[in-house]
Amino acid sequence: MSFLETLINGISLGSVYAIIALGYTMVYGIAKMLNFAHGDVIMVGGFACFFMTSSSALDLHPALGVLVAVVVCTALGILIERMAYKPLRQAPSLAVLITAIGVSYFLQNGMLLLLMKALKRSQKVSFPKLFGDKSFNFGEITISVTTIVTIAACVVIMLALTWFTSRTKMGKAMRACSEDKAAAQLMGINVNTTISVTFAIGSALAAIAGVLMCTAYPNLEPTTGAMPGIKAFTAAVFGGIGSIPGALLGGVLLGVIEIVAKSSPLDALADAIVFAVLIIVLLVKPTGLLGKKIREKV
Amino acid sequence: MKKSTITNYATYGGVIIAFVVLYILNNFGMLGPVLSGQLVPICAYVVMALSLNLTVGVLGELSLGHAGFMSVGAFAGATANIALAASIPNTGVRLAVVLVIATICAAIAGVLIGIPVLRLRGDYLAIVTLAFGEIIKSIINNLYIGMDAKGLHFAFLNAENLKMDGGKMILKGSQGITIMPTSTFVAGFVLVMITLVIIFNLVGSRSGRAIMALRDNRIAAESVGINVTKYKMMAFVTSAALAGAAGALYAQGMFVLDPKKFNYDTSILILVFVVLGGLGRMWGSIIAAAALTVLPELLREVRDYRMLAYAIVLILVMLVTNNPTIKNFVQAIAEKFKGKKVETKGAGQQ
Repeated sequence: MSFLETLINGISLGSVYAIIALGYTMVYGIAKMLNFAHGDVIMVGGFACFFMTSSSALDLHPALGVLVAVVVCTALGILIERMAYKPLRQAPSLAVLITAIGVSYFLQNGMLLLLMKALKRSQKVSFPKLFGDKSFNFGEITISVTTIVTIAACVVIMLALTWFTSRTKMGKAMRACSEDKAAAQLMGINVNTTISVTFAIGSALAAIAGVLMCTAYPNLEPTTGAMPGIKAFTAAVFGGIGSIPGALLGGVLLGVIEIVAKSSPLDALADAIVFAVLIIVLLVKPTGLLGKKIREKV
Repeated sequence: MKKSTITNYATYGGVIIAFVVLYILNNFGMLGPVLSGQLVPICAYVVMALSLNLTVGVLGELSLGHAGFMSVGAFAGATANIALAASIPNTGVRLAVVLVIATICAAIAGVLIGIPVLRLRGDYLAIVTLAFGEIIKSIINNLYIGMDAKGLHFAFLNAENLKMDGGKMILKGSQGITIMPTSTFVAGFVLVMITLVIIFNLVGSRSGRAIMALRDNRIAAESVGINVTKYKMMAFVTSAALAGAAGALYAQGMFVLDPKKFNYDTSILILVFVVLGGLGRMWGSIIAAAALTVLPELLREVRDYRMLAYAIVLILVMLVTNNPTIKNFVQAIAEKFKGKKVETKGAGQQ
């Protein structure tokens, strides 16, 4: 495999990380909480799409499958926010963190039970190739359709989000809330609705990321979301948490580093290399690549 | 007597009573095989929770990679145990030596990791501890250790790099270590008591007050001349060293030790003990660690649902202890029953 091909695979994986990281970063920016259940929303999205497109009764078109996954995850995101996080708005951040971990366990084990008890299926399923098996040759290098779709989806989502946060009323409200919640409320912004919308968008993105990830790496089980969740969280911090372009940059860089490390002789240490790079970046730039420097007031 | 002194003595007393009761019950075979097999892991998790409480509750920095130090202690201890098997035949003495070696190794790891980590703040610090935890797991997963007549050999990535003549393999990368259990409940109890003595003395000392001053207001503490790096390192390295000892205790209670056991999930599990027990409350950590280690075992009846139940309990406890509406409601009921004001339980002082 040529280096260019490795690089493109890296960008493709990085695009998935970037989409997940966007969800993390938006929620962090506005609610100042680390949503550890985000990775498991990805898994739920993957399963929703899987059941819609591959079970015998429902053999929907892939596009409809993705749509259902997005709807399911959006609803789930709003539900989680209302039930678990909203009552803890004033609570210390550690309490919210532990609640998020609880939600993460709940989603993983709930899905496991659903698969084992209700559907009598094995807990591991193989995700279908939604976009077909085709691939294109550009001279030396071969690129699969999945890779192209993934990268394209990431670019479209990035552009749409940038437009949304800078041009629309709701987007502006989000930015206002992440600057200063109390001041935003005084200006007539409904903070609770804004936070719910942020969760909804983050979860919808997680669903898309889940479908894209499962198409590229077809193993899907209830714990599938955990590791990409952590990696995407790392990517968000890498790029500077709270910053949307930072999430894209961090995600793509992380994906490229991971794939390059995996194709090197040190492949067994790929994860360690990814995290080592993160540590070095944070030591040089303590608020991430594109993060804002916060001045401390006494 | 000061209130904190009374709490400390009560904690010592509680641990001793719990130990005596469990020890007697266990000797009469009244605990059942499952619970009696959990005694050593409970002690190890209690020490883990206490040591993490030092970082999170007393120093006030969120660590998501505490299992990394446990892993260093566990594998250093297990290696030492096998290497010393011939020279120290007495298992009790060997266990003590092994625990000391593991503590030292974890303390060294604590210093190496603490230097970069403690420069960062808040969530950035948390993510870097998580990263270090994963790096430690990854490294041990690819580490090979063998022993022959010349001594210990270390190698990376594959066993051929060891260049041994004869001898035997100790750590086989991702296959882990196979050992004979030497930990006993008594050893676990002694370790818990030593941990308590160390933590209470540290927290009650001048250094401990400096550490808590850093937690409450770093800038104010710095401006009255408290050396930030020194005191942060003191708390962090003590915490890492104790976690190493806990890891060694845990490891000597197992037959097979898998490097992947000490991952991010384990770090989170211990953080859950600390937060549920209450930040800075050592007795809370002990109760939470013991209860939550036993809980999944007791829920074996409803085996398939136990992790789901665990998740729901976790969420509900956090909601009840932190939501102002529910908290006031519970408090009002409690006041009615007891006729006096009750202290708010659970997490959250930060």
